[in-house]
Amino acid sequence: MPSPQPVIAIHNLGHAFGRGEQRKQVLFDIALNIKAGEIVLMTGPSGSGKTTLLTLIGGLRHVQSGSLKFLGQELCGATAEDLVQARRQTGYIFQAHNLHESLTARQNVRMGLEVHPQYSVEKMSMLAAEMLDLVGLGERLDHYPDQLSGGQKQRVAIARALVSRPKLLLADEPTAALDSKTGRDVVTLMQHLAQNQGCTILLVTHDSRILDIADRIVHMEDGVLKHNTPANAVH
Amino acid sequence: MGWLNSLQRRTPLGWLQLSRHKGRLLVALSGIAFADLLMFMQLGFQESLYESNTQIRAALDADLILASPKAETTQKLSTFSRRRLYQAQDVPGVASARALYSNNINWNHPETNEEASLQVMGFDPDYPAFNLPEMNAQLYRVKIPDVMLFDRLARGDYQQTIAQIENQQWVSTEAEGRTLSVRGVFSLGASFGADGLLVTSSQNFLQLFPRRDPGSVSIGLLHVEPGYDPEQVAQALQDHLPDDVEAMTLDDFIQDELEQIQTESPIGFIFTIGAAMAFVVGVVIVYQVLSTDVNAHIKEYATFKAMGYRHSYLLTIVIEESLIMAFLGFIPGLLLPMGIYQVAANATALPIYMTLNRAATVLAMTIIMCLFSGAIATRKLQSADPADMF
Ligand SMILES: Nc1ncnc2c1ncn2[C@@H]1O[C@H](COP(=O)(O)OP(=O)(O)O)[C@@H](O)[C@H]1O
Ligand SMILES: [Mg+2]
Repeated sequence: MPSPQPVIAIHNLGHAFGRGEQRKQVLFDIALNIKAGEIVLMTGPSGSGKTTLLTLIGGLRHVQSGSLKFLGQELCGATAEDLVQARRQTGYIFQAHNLHESLTARQNVRMGLEVHPQYSVEKMSMLAAEMLDLVGLGERLDHYPDQLSGGQKQRVAIARALVSRPKLLLADEPTAALDSKTGRDVVTLMQHLAQNQGCTILLVTHDSRILDIADRIVHMEDGVLKHNTPANAVH
Repeated sequence: MGWLNSLQRRTPLGWLQLSRHKGRLLVALSGIAFADLLMFMQLGFQESLYESNTQIRAALDADLILASPKAETTQKLSTFSRRRLYQAQDVPGVASARALYSNNINWNHPETNEEASLQVMGFDPDYPAFNLPEMNAQLYRVKIPDVMLFDRLARGDYQQTIAQIENQQWVSTEAEGRTLSVRGVFSLGASFGADGLLVTSSQNFLQLFPRRDPGSVSIGLLHVEPGYDPEQVAQALQDHLPDDVEAMTLDDFIQDELEQIQTESPIGFIFTIGAAMAFVVGVVIVYQVLSTDVNAHIKEYATFKAMGYRHSYLLTIVIEESLIMAFLGFIPGLLLPMGIYQVAANATALPIYMTLNRAATVLAMTIIMCLFSGAIATRKLQSADPADMF
């Protein structure tokens, strides 16, 4: 079987914050390839640079040095408009749900489609409802975030991230704000949905109970990425 | 068409954000309504004061006016040659052309003996110069030397004097070295330049000011024959007469004074300051609400950016909110002053009422006010950076 084009191809990536005396290198010589459909987990202590790497991959930050290709497109030296386009291809799930408090669940999910000009108004409304149904919130389309539980809110966030069928889902400690049972359910849901869509996942977590969903686990330590821990070696 | 389509697809976030927080919206709308109310009061009183100061001209009984091109306000009319009045009668459509003399005078207050500045106007009492029936019914009296009629609404402490005159107890006082006898009152009103008006015959006027040349008149009062258009006759007069005199309709003559007062009087400046302060109050209140709203949603906005929305999308949310607040706030901001105008008009006898023009002006100012606040509030959007927020 020929290996498909990697969704993410990173090599020799470095990143530093600040200038001059204040300059602090937080990522060193990162190399990482992720194939389409793969589920990769990233672990590592707090402050080791996981979020920084995720924001670079998601097009939220300019790449300073090395090479980062997303779907074959080089993001090092990319324009602001290139980054906007890259962001539209990526679903991002944050530690907090970050739902808009003035929008209903359906309206929040719809925001994930509105950014793509090809969807009509009717289509957006329909897809948003379908997606919420898939995450088990078909009965709560018109609820506002403050009427939903933490797990439900994170499921709306997942629906919002996946509704436009992105090629890549980035999740930064998505279970950190949830109790372990809810966290587990949310991650399992994320895994199923992404797999059905053929979506690639890169997920940062501290939660050892969810490591089993991974095809592969990478480990960040002081800005250096350690590789190729086989997922089953953890168990 | 592209933008129309994208407008249709767009989630009305500004409206949804505002309507979700009714309390915050109510504060904003009351603030805007309050600013509008202040603006309407300032502009309303300003205009009514202006209007009340054109009352002398507005009361003139004429279709057309001849005046010197050097004429400014009614207190500074300058003069032109009486020959122009005779020449004017040659122009087709002119039925009559009569002289009105005007001058400022200091007289001694009949009771307190203090000096007061009044305006005197002289004209042929057989041909009333004003559209004031009360005055016209008493004009026969000014045919007697040194007899005057006086404005009952003159500024100053004249109640007793006026009561006396109304009881036909004539009041005498000194002015320009002559003894004047006031034998009647009429109602007109004070103006910026003069505390009140005295009217008398041309002869009495010229005796009061012996150095005044009878051939130099202040205003020409013209009537137009039926079937003639005053505008066209004014044009014909302008073409026929030399440049040392101007012909215009009475309305233009009134408008002219309005513009003089607006540009020259310090009162206009004070009202402008008042309206500007109302504007600033509005800007501050709207800015408070908008910046609170931006701060409250900064994480959501950063999330939108992470989803691939551009900065301009966030700008349109704030602009949308600004416009919604402007239009919603304007509704109570328009209705409230209409009620207060009614009360003020009854209380002050000033001609104060809502005009379409003023409503449009204040609406425009409200929109500018809200957009201005919105523009400042959008600076807070800069911190909606998804890279540093999560
Ligand atoms: N915007 C920033 N400016 C300066 N330093 C930063 C910034 N963001 C992160 N850092 C630093 O970079 C390092 C890595 O941070 P981060 O990627 O958030 O780690 P992790 O997500 O693994 O906890 C930390 O030492 C952190 O203090
Ligand atoms: Mg982190």
